Order: sequence, then C-alpha cells, then structure tokens
Amino acid sequence: MSYSLSELVRPLIFYLLSFITLGSAIMVVVKRNIFHSALFLILSFFGVAALFITLDAEFLAAVQVLVYIGAIAILILFAIMLTRRISDPLVRQTTRSYILGAFVGALLLFFLIFALLQLSPTTPYAPQTVQGGDATYPLGELLMTNYLIPFEVISVLLVAALIGAIILARREKRTGKRGEKR
Amino acid sequence: MRLADYVVDTYRAIYDWWVGMGLDPLFLEIIKYLAQSVWILALVVIIVLFLVWWERKIGGHFQSRMGPMRTGGWHGWSQTIADALKILQKEDIVPAKADRWVFNLAPLLIFVPVLLTLIVIPMGDGILVKDLNVGILYVFAVGGITVISILMAGWGSNNKYSLLGALRTVSQMVSYELPLILSIIGVVMVAGTMSMGGIVSAQRNLWFIVIQPLGFIVYIIAATAEANRTPFDLPEAEQEIVAGFNVEYSGMKFAMFFLAEFANAFIVSAIAVTLFLGGWQGPLFPSWVWFPLKTFAVVFLLMWFRWTFPRFRVDQLMDLGWKVLLPLAFLNILVTGLFMLYL
Repeated sequence: MSYSLSELVRPLIFYLLSFITLGSAIMVVVKRNIFHSALFLILSFFGVAALFITLDAEFLAAVQVLVYIGAIAILILFAIMLTRRISDPLVRQTTRSYILGAFVGALLLFFLIFALLQLSPTTPYAPQTVQGGDATYPLGELLMTNYLIPFEVISVLLVAALIGAIILARREKRTGKRGEKR
Repeated sequence: MRLADYVVDTYRAIYDWWVGMGLDPLFLEIIKYLAQSVWILALVVIIVLFLVWWERKIGGHFQSRMGPMRTGGWHGWSQTIADALKILQKEDIVPAKADRWVFNLAPLLIFVPVLLTLIVIPMGDGILVKDLNVGILYVFAVGGITVISILMAGWGSNNKYSLLGALRTVSQMVSYELPLILSIIGVVMVAGTMSMGGIVSAQRNLWFIVIQPLGFIVYIIAATAEANRTPFDLPEAEQEIVAGFNVEYSGMKFAMFFLAEFANAFIVSAIAVTLFLGGWQGPLFPSWVWFPLKTFAVVFLLMWFRWTFPRFRVDQLMDLGWKVLLPLAFLNILVTGLFMLYL
C-alpha cells in the first residue's frame, strides 16, 4: 500500500542531502565565527542521519542524531560558550600544523577512493535489510554474540573516560573549598 | 469501525482512482504528506491555545482566583486566541548587536522537535502519521534539537542574561535527559519493541505503570524538568536572571518559545500515556476519546506540580538528577532484567 520514493526522486534526494552534508562540512572549516562553525557541523550531522534514513537504517539514523547532535554537538557548543576570548578576532582560526593535517586528509581521501573503486558499479543504493524492516533485533543480537568483545572493550573505555572526568573535576573542587576556608 | 479506517479507506479509494487514471502516485504521496503536516500543525495550535487557557484557569483556582473570565463570554474561553492575535501585531525587535541569523533561526528551530515528535505518537487506534520501528528512540533523538535551539537563542541575543539562562537550561536538560531515557528502558525491555504502536498493544492486558511504577515516577519527574516546568523552571527564574534565554525576544518570536513550552508539556504527557498508561486503550469509549482524556489528566498533574511546589535551587536540582533519579533509573533496569530472567 505505502509507496516508496520513486526511482526518479531517489537520486535527487541523495544529491540534495549530499550537498547539504558536504556544503555544511565545508562551512565548518571556512566560517570565521566558531559558533557558526559548530552550528554548521550540526547541520552536517543531520545530513548524515538523513542519508542513513534513505538507506533504510532507521536505528543508525536515530543513534546518529541522539549521540552526535544530542550529546557531542551540544558539548562542543557548551565548550565554545564557556571559553574566554572566543569572539576575539586575534584568535587564530587555523592550526599551525596544517601541512601534517593536509597530509593525513589526503591519505584518508586516497584510501576512500581506493575502497570505492573496489565496489562494482551495480551495487544497489540500499543494502538488503532485514525482512520486516526492524533491524534493531539482529543488531542487538550481533552486539551480544559476534561482537561482544569489541562492545565490552568500548564500554570499559567509556567508563574509564567517565571516571577520569570525575577525578579531574573533583580535584578542582577540593582546592576551591580550601580557598574558601582560608 | 475504527475512525482511522474511514480515513484510510477514503485515501485508498482516491489512490485507486488516481492510479486508474494513469497518473503517477508520487504526486498523491506528496499531497498525503502535506495533508498530514497540516493535521499536525493544526493539532499543535489548537492544543497549545487550549493549554495556555487551561493553565491560567487552573492557576487561578489554585490561588482562589477565577483566572480569565471576560473574553468570549463563557469563562473567558477565547482569551488565548485574543492574546495570540494581539502578539502577532507586535513589533519584531532584533537587538542591534545580535547575531541575526542565529537569533532569527532559534525560535523556528524550537518547533521542529515538537512537530517531529507528534508524528510517532499514537493518538488513537491507528491515528498516527507513522509508526517507526525505532519510535521511542526517535522521540528522544529529535528532542535534542530543543537544546540546540535554546543555545542558539542564548548566544544569538548577545546578552549576558540570555547566555546564562541558556547555559542553565541546557545543563538542566542534559542532566535530566539521562534519567529520562533510562527510565523508559524498562518499558522497552518488557514490551520487546521500541515502536510506539507496539508498546501500546503490548499493554492490552496490563498497563505498564503496574509493572514499572519506579520507571513511571522517574519519568514524570525527569519529564517535568525536561519541559522546564516548576519546580524545575530555573531557566526562567525571573528573580535571578530576568527571564532566561528568551529575554531579548518580542512579538511572535517570543510566542514561539512560549508555545513550544506548552507543546512540550503536552508531548511529555502523551509519551507518559503511551508508555505507561496503556495509550489509547480503554473500555467503553472509542480510542480517540481515551487518549486525550488520559493525556490531559497527566497534563493536569504537571500543572498541579507547578502551582503547588516552590522552585528548586540549582545545586538541589543537580543533586536530585544525578544522585537520586539516575541511580533509581539504573535500579529499575536491573530489577526489570532480573524479573525477566528468573520469573
């Protein structure tokens, strides 16, 4: 009954979303106002989430929005707002080690092109998803069986980061209290 | 026959006729999406206008007043309509030092999550725009856009009160998002699905509030904080930071923030009903009576909180979120998991 996007419109939407994603990614680097850069980064994340939806990966799209926009982007915005001198025109917008950066970027691009060339031109737009459409079950099952060890390692890493952050914050608070007593 | 069936049958008849004429169904799809968008928009406007009036009436009666009584005759029913028409005519002031784009985009962006969330909420048997497989996850994902909009408003206004208000709002919302999401994981575990329709039909025999009472309590408290309502309305603590992130806004743009707040109160109540109170299910009356009935009952609960409790202090707020609600939400998940494994 429900009619999926016709074959004519599908590529059109793909190019539109790619344009938004890549265009805002360029704006992130080009914009002089760092707050605007962060907002364009969010738009770019949205573009990626929308691309996931066109690939029938609803779960990944939701997680992309939840983690990248709901957590990481907001953390970035927060950091910008709490930084002093952020709107000072004397603050450098570029990094000094741009040659190294350009080299790493070029290397990444090279590998990406190399990987894309391996694909056959008949690769379909959307990979065959699970029958019935709900890919969340098989994803959860795979995480708990085949990929259990990487999953646990990432969990331990995150917990370690969390504890580290708490310890850093705690030390600051202690010295603050001593200062008050004096 | 279900109400939704009439709509579906009508659409199917038009669809058959359209395809029979040899026309591309894509155009019909676009018209369908437009109609659905109009439905969602109209719903938001009506609900919000009603809620503002209702809040003022309830607040009035809680304080032994009558609330608005004059406009429109019967108990001032058209007061908010008059207010809305008035605020539309107000001058749109943009501060000279404001970041224009960010300042103007923020009030538009705050409505995006409101509209996106209403798509997946089942408001009756079959009355929902789309039942996503990742329904509840999607609701919390798009909810994050609210935070961005508030940060944009606070930054774009170029005013220290706005900025402080925005930082407060966001630190509160980020802190309470964790217990909020964790409190509903128990429901997802019991229902075995994240789809909103699936969760409702899983409560056919037993409402989840019975087996997830702790989850419900944590959800309601965290949701009150998430909707920035008293006792968690620090973001707009008038005595401390004037009015928070929206001080510089006037006219329609201010109204957008104001309306989004009420729409959010409705949405968190609707989600509470869907996840814990059996959704649109109920005896005797049709589903499209039960859903609004239950939802407005939960909205009333939130209003009751608002007119009864004093405001929290910032440190109390953070303590409650991180030291009480978060461990309770984890406990809920643990107990639910143990029950599912061994019972």
